[in-house]
Amino acid sequence: MFVCKKGAGKLKIGVSGIQGDFREHKLMLEKMGIETVVVRKPEELDFVDGLIIPGGESTTMIRIMKMIGFYDALKKKIEAGFPVFGTCAGMIVLSKEVTNFNQDSLKAIDIKVERNAYGRQVDSFETDIQIKDFKKPFRAIFIRAPKVVEYGEDVEVLSEYNGSPILLRQGKILVASFHPELTDDAEIHELFINMV
Amino acid sequence: MTDKGTWMVKEGFAEMFKGGVIMDVTTAEQAKIAEEAGAVAVMALERVPADIRKAGGVARMASIKKIKEIMEAVSIPVMAKVRIGHIAEARILEALGVDFIDESEVLTPADDKFHINKWDFKVPFVCGARNLGEALRRIAEGAAMIRTKGEAGTGNVVEAVKHMRTVMDEIRKVQNMPEEELVRFAKEIGAPVNLVAEVKKLGRLPVVNFAAGGVATPADAALMMMLGADGVFVGSGIFKSKDPAKMAKAIVMAVTYWNDPEMLLKISEDIGEPMEGLEIEELDVRLQERGW
Repeated sequence: MFVCKKGAGKLKIGVSGIQGDFREHKLMLEKMGIETVVVRKPEELDFVDGLIIPGGESTTMIRIMKMIGFYDALKKKIEAGFPVFGTCAGMIVLSKEVTNFNQDSLKAIDIKVERNAYGRQVDSFETDIQIKDFKKPFRAIFIRAPKVVEYGEDVEVLSEYNGSPILLRQGKILVASFHPELTDDAEIHELFINMV
Repeated sequence: MTDKGTWMVKEGFAEMFKGGVIMDVTTAEQAKIAEEAGAVAVMALERVPADIRKAGGVARMASIKKIKEIMEAVSIPVMAKVRIGHIAEARILEALGVDFIDESEVLTPADDKFHINKWDFKVPFVCGARNLGEALRRIAEGAAMIRTKGEAGTGNVVEAVKHMRTVMDEIRKVQNMPEEELVRFAKEIGAPVNLVAEVKKLGRLPVVNFAAGGVATPADAALMMMLGADGVFVGSGIFKSKDPAKMAKAIVMAVTYWNDPEMLLKISEDIGEPMEGLEIEELDVRLQERGW
């Protein structure tokens, strides 16, 4: 049973609905008893205690974020300590740099990522991974997943797969190159909620 | 254990397209315009449906050269179409490494009775449907994503609306149905009862459900989202419009902000001339009638 350190009733978490599998993140948080809202506009960021950027297409997300001022508003909040969790495309959006394509990112966490690093969709896979301090293995689903190719010394690696970091944390920022929201396992979401 | 091509990996991939626009493109240059505009994926084609309609004859899978050229041009996922039932075309596209296959009524069917057994493939499939029975038959065959058929290449949204409303209406009906009626209902719509039961439990299709076939403006795209689509395919609507880059960007925005009239107004203000539309009654061929 999940115990939220702050008391679940007091928290309100936003899930970016700009594009991607935001429904799955929302359902996961709701199952944990966390109040969750879908956020699409910059001003809506002021009414939540943290934000999840879901899986999807990072190029699409960044483009829309920039168009409507969501990019600047979110960047400013993150610099002031706003907790964020990004999965797959969300991790790319939060990264410092995309190494293999010319695209912008929020430069929130000190990691460099390579997009589609495991190949095309036919190479997408699922596998069991071990996560620091987790008692049981986690089923990780990698879909056209990015790979972290470089990370700064302030970044903590919580899990690795074949020598590459796949779950990382820096301050109040958590990123995963896979999709915990597609499983029934809430443990990584619990980890994030207790960072908020 | 590491597994590729599982249901989770295939259906999960489709979930990533939600709130996004998938655009038909026929050249590398168009693919780049689509990516730049914020498309979540492109559909690589020899011709857009409006031109397939005009050309007549047998429409087949696009040339490998063309699909390769488009795969090399963009970083977003690339989809391609195969003829209904054409197992060999699908095997070729899987070997090529396209990210998603559309077993599509827009091409001339290769089999007049059977669709592809999509469970047999590592690459995920999307299929068209006009109603719940058709959607669940395709899912039973292994489709990881469904789209309305609409009437492709017409720039007329009426058929897509009809198909989305039909599917949603049947889902609502199933939700309110007592358990003992499920088997008979499944028989009536020609769908496996376990999938009907899953629809009842979820209150939606067990896979992502996009709109397609006639979307030509940002308002059309927003309308489809209002009716319950998870996202939108735009075929001829972009590259048959006067200013494709502008139209593509506007439709992308409309699919995210479909529920925000002020934003829709802003998005729709400067989009140039949309593609010309066709009356459904005056069509020689109805593509939606293909598929079984």
